[in-house]
Amino acid sequence: MNLLAKIDRPLPPVFAEWFAAKGWSPRPHQLALIEHAQAGESVLLVAPTGGGKTLAGFLPSLIELAGVHPRSRARAVHTLYVSPLKALAVDVARNLEMPASEMGLNLRIETRTGDTPASRRQRQKHLPPDILLTTPEQLSLLLSSRDAPRFFSKLRAVILDELHALHNSKRGDLLALALSRLQTLAPQHRRIGLSATVKDPAPLQRFLVPQPREGEAHSALVMGQGGAKPEIDILASDAYVPWAGHLAHHSMPEVMDAIRKAKTTLVFVNTRSQAERTFQELWRLNEDNLPIALHHGSLAPEQRRKVEAAMAKGALRAVVCTSTLDLGIDWGAVDKVICIGAPKGAARLVQRIGRANHRLDEPSRALLVPANRFEVLECEAARDAVLAGELDGDRVKKGSLDVLTQHILCVAVSSPFDADVLYDEVKTASPYAALSRKDFDDAVEFVATGGYALKTYERYARLRRTPEGLWRIASPRVAQQYRLNAGVIVEDPMLEVRLQGKGRPVGAGGRVLGKMEEYFLESLSPGDTFIFSGEVLRFEGIRETAAYVTRTRDPEAQIPSYNGGKFPLSTFLASRVREMLAHPEQWRTLPDPVGEWLRIQELRSILPKPGQLLVETFPRGSKEYLVCYPFEGRLAHQTLGMLLTRRLERLRKRPLGFVANEYALAIWALSDMSRLDLDKLFDEDMLGDDLDAWLAESMLYKRTFRNCAIISGLIERKTLNAEKTGRQVNFSSDLMYDVLRAHEPDHILLRATYEDAASGLLDIARLSGMLKRVKGRIVVRNLDRVSPLAVPALLEISKEMVAGEARDELLRETEEALVRDAMRV
Amino acid sequence: MRIVVNREALLLDALGAAFWPAESALIVSDLHFEKGSSFARGGQMLPPYDTMTTLSRIAELFARHKPRRVIALGDSFHDGEGPERLPEAARAMLTGLVSRCEWIWIEGNHDPDIPEWLGGRTASEIAIGGLVFRHEPLAGAAGEVAGHLHPCATVARRGHTLRRRCFVSDGVRLVMPAFGAYTGGLNVRDPAFQSLFGTSYLAYALGGRRVYAVAGDAQLMRRNIIEESHPSIPAIRTVDMP
Repeated sequence: MNLLAKIDRPLPPVFAEWFAAKGWSPRPHQLALIEHAQAGESVLLVAPTGGGKTLAGFLPSLIELAGVHPRSRARAVHTLYVSPLKALAVDVARNLEMPASEMGLNLRIETRTGDTPASRRQRQKHLPPDILLTTPEQLSLLLSSRDAPRFFSKLRAVILDELHALHNSKRGDLLALALSRLQTLAPQHRRIGLSATVKDPAPLQRFLVPQPREGEAHSALVMGQGGAKPEIDILASDAYVPWAGHLAHHSMPEVMDAIRKAKTTLVFVNTRSQAERTFQELWRLNEDNLPIALHHGSLAPEQRRKVEAAMAKGALRAVVCTSTLDLGIDWGAVDKVICIGAPKGAARLVQRIGRANHRLDEPSRALLVPANRFEVLECEAARDAVLAGELDGDRVKKGSLDVLTQHILCVAVSSPFDADVLYDEVKTASPYAALSRKDFDDAVEFVATGGYALKTYERYARLRRTPEGLWRIASPRVAQQYRLNAGVIVEDPMLEVRLQGKGRPVGAGGRVLGKMEEYFLESLSPGDTFIFSGEVLRFEGIRETAAYVTRTRDPEAQIPSYNGGKFPLSTFLASRVREMLAHPEQWRTLPDPVGEWLRIQELRSILPKPGQLLVETFPRGSKEYLVCYPFEGRLAHQTLGMLLTRRLERLRKRPLGFVANEYALAIWALSDMSRLDLDKLFDEDMLGDDLDAWLAESMLYKRTFRNCAIISGLIERKTLNAEKTGRQVNFSSDLMYDVLRAHEPDHILLRATYEDAASGLLDIARLSGMLKRVKGRIVVRNLDRVSPLAVPALLEISKEMVAGEARDELLRETEEALVRDAMRV
Repeated sequence: MRIVVNREALLLDALGAAFWPAESALIVSDLHFEKGSSFARGGQMLPPYDTMTTLSRIAELFARHKPRRVIALGDSFHDGEGPERLPEAARAMLTGLVSRCEWIWIEGNHDPDIPEWLGGRTASEIAIGGLVFRHEPLAGAAGEVAGHLHPCATVARRGHTLRRRCFVSDGVRLVMPAFGAYTGGLNVRDPAFQSLFGTSYLAYALGGRRVYAVAGDAQLMRRNIIEESHPSIPAIRTVDMP
């Protein structure tokens, strides 16, 4: 048998001809997927962008459907496609039409998203399409319908796109539970998962298939052909590398140059405010008036759609964007990716570089632009990791209990269920494979009556037992409430920011600049200044759903808007940075100022060995400082800062404040901190009582509770009458939290909150790992003045307070004094 | 903290109640007993511990002030059927407290009919000395002590906000904070307060151990209305107990 015939074997003639007519040949992974599908096996495809991944996912379905005459096809969904983004579902549907119509397959391909009109939803239920493209939330809603069993009875295939982005999140939990339901309704179907390159595909392989009672089950795995190695450059000059900051303004002329030389560039930044300011800065330098656009999550959706459309048409030369474009539509024209600031993780960097939808045989080109010295180290570490093909793995999180309660309600809404049967079904979903029967029963009780030890809500129960012992919803109203509140994305309430003319009465209208979090805007007093859309604005007040601002010539913003990285530095990258610090022979590639910085640090203090935690103390001004360098990311450092200041207060060190960045934590106090018992100070037991006491009052924790309360339906986002404003939800959830904590600290919602916070906002898990790791390996240097390594953290203190035009002037003085002191040998 | 309302001296307790020593009267407003079960009826299973939490705070006030008289300023129950839904323990505790003193239920809009078996007596309003107690405040009523509005003050300082229930007074009249464990609040800069107080009033925010007087308009965050601000005034000014 000749090789070509063998390779083409699974392709029916009409498909082989179609490929030939396009001048393409099917890729090995596309054929492999067809073979797995024909064997009825579920399979995970891991491949970089640009490898025909989506088509690979659909080919087996197209082939199956092509084998049946349209008139003899069942009036039922054959293939279900689930994407994390509704825009992506719409785009994929459009792209699928091409091969389907060119091969004359006569298929009905439809999407179902939040935007689908009610009439079409109704029609889809009566006359399901052959291929339905949707999102996890819409899938749950479909499953809650009474005729879900009929709707999915003929389901043959499920395709999960961008699975790496979905699994290991609450949306992933929701999807996993929906799949466990589908497995019961349509046991004959097989699944295909599509994923970008990940360090460890095993959790995704488990996600794809039902888990057995004992042990683990994995789907098959197909690895797509790796593309050419990317070319990654790091932009750092030997003349000047900033000590702190995230904006990299000094590099903007070079960034502009790079944009000029490329056809189309994606400029990635880590936060919305960075995006705003980078955009402003690039336009200031944009002498040729190149079409450069801005794309981030706070812009109005129409605005974003416009940018995406212009990009698809090839009308733009560059888009400055945040993680909103990490996923989604492929743009063939992009030939350069620029990442401003730290990459935060090797996998994220690979994902972003991959957005340059290159041909597989050509390298994609990326430029990393570090904004400060630590970021230079981080960029170097990330580049080395990517080129070595090493990626950071995520901790695999357990399925969230609040999502489970929502799913239980979803199931009950569709039809009465037996608790034993549902428990077994839920455990087939990999995030819930280890779910205890107690947690499950508590979740059912929670849905029924709130699950309180004090059984006073029996008569208002949402779920009741039938004489046969099944759980059913108590009234149709419960179903309505479920449908109104389903979903696991809880957004912070946002307010519009409107710019009004000076001297006009507040609230008299004005241009919309964008949206900001209500909790930030509410914290401002009239007259406060802050930065948004690239300028310093004066807050005038809030009226209804808008915040009103005026322009100000005030050069410095009083109130720092949240400027830090949204994503914490990955554990993997952090350990690579620590390695690099400890090995001077690796510093050769670093720009001169960075090398000098590290060498003087070695002279004046030490550079910690991997595994060690360096703690420095020194006086400065009228205060005493303690700086430590855990490299565990801002979130974990913030929690550590809260806990350490509590302890220092008890030790009468009179701490005044702390500041955390991605790499270090600095605490300042009135009393000398050089003779502390550090092993005791950093003892793991701080995660016991101290953490507990702090959690009772932590705003972050209360916000986590609010999310759990909303997802679980304790507090409704929407009531049957009207939508609650975010503010009302927020306020009342704090009251619930206080009362529940006092009376039933072990309630299922508080357990869910703790697990969320441990891996999310407070990153307790990571902090705990660090405290274990450094036990007995803390090295302390009591210095007479600030060390070079401490400068970036200390600068963060003043940097957070000032910004604007004059900030350079203002900061230069502070910085120069500090640096002079630190770098004096 | 001691304040004077229409020439009568009142103590403002940080739990959100007022005590009138001259009459040995404890004043609490908007208890909203059984708000939790009221929501549970509608499908939101709020923790069923609100009534007991509210009651134990009242018991704490009894221990501290030893009142001979209690005036509950209306909306004592979240809805008309609230009394029937009281859990056993809460019912016992409440009737116990009511029987220990002269208890006056002022009628509110949420609970027009207080059942007789609860004890105490019911009135739509009551005048004692220089003060008149009613649920819903009336414009221009000197000496009035009222509830209904659930005032809250939001204080902002350097990017942090603190939202607390508060008393509101201009020395002539007093609006009480809501006392119930699940009661939300209305910002004191809402127009509802303006029509009562104009712009000269003090908000007395509930702190952990004491009440803090925060000056009117300029220091407080507002929603709904905006006017010229005075950024030179420090964000929080506390007034010490005389």
